[in-house]
Amino acid sequence: MFTSRMIGFPSMGRRSPFAEMERMAKQMDLLSRAIFGRPEMRPFAAKVFPAINLTEDNEKYYVRAELPGISADAINLEVTGRNLAISGERVIPSEGENARYHRREREAGRFSRMIGLPGDVDAESVAAKLVDGLLTISIAKAASARPRQIAVN
Amino acid sequence: MDQTKELQVKEKQEVAVPAEQTRPGLVFTPDVDIYETDREITLLADMPGVAASDVSIDLQDHVLTISGRVRPWEGPGESDVLVEFEIGKYYRQFTLSGAIDQDKIAAKLEDGVLRLTLVKAQHALPRQITVTAG
Repeated sequence: MFTSRMIGFPSMGRRSPFAEMERMAKQMDLLSRAIFGRPEMRPFAAKVFPAINLTEDNEKYYVRAELPGISADAINLEVTGRNLAISGERVIPSEGENARYHRREREAGRFSRMIGLPGDVDAESVAAKLVDGLLTISIAKAASARPRQIAVN
Repeated sequence: MDQTKELQVKEKQEVAVPAEQTRPGLVFTPDVDIYETDREITLLADMPGVAASDVSIDLQDHVLTISGRVRPWEGPGESDVLVEFEIGKYYRQFTLSGAIDQDKIAAKLEDGVLRLTLVKAQHALPRQITVTAG
């Protein structure tokens, strides 16, 4: 009965000496999540339109961007050295004078962005396709930039 | 002089209070333009990455629900280098004010933009009233 009363007490009872530290770390965690977890507080990763996802596998780099409402011929792609330049314009056609808008959230305008790729690429073999508003660019890595397997004797 | 403005990055808006999904994942609110003419209401929603077979449109009790599923597009061997936007399904609901003729809803998905045309029901069309001077 002596021990059962003491276990609930913060600084008493048989606990590891780090319990106090763990409790403070957990509170700090909750606090930082409350401040930094909210969407408006997260730092923007991209400052230039369009936002891209750059991924790679052993052979190629893949760049994907969401470009709804833009046709393939309105996009300009250039590869120079390790830089990929994407530019173009989105045009939203006007819907006539009779249209009374309830909401207008989509935006139109020009965009232009230069993306630096992490390694050397083969500028001759770049393929791009635009399907359902998603642009996927696959760029082959230069032979020197591909990982090479080394056999261990 | 050409005054076309530059597009700015807009972070994708996550749905504020999503109902629980059967599949886990993020749910985003697509940007929409809604306008109305005398005969119909048209909704245009930006849903990039959604194929025509993955869109679902539901109209029940004056509530219109549009949702689009995005198939994962990364290959198995790919690893992330820079991730600036997230992938998830699109979902949005609207309450419609007037009566819609449910048999005449037309939907078209082109370049990731969904165009939904809702024809107003006959009794909801505006009637012109002539004013006689006198």
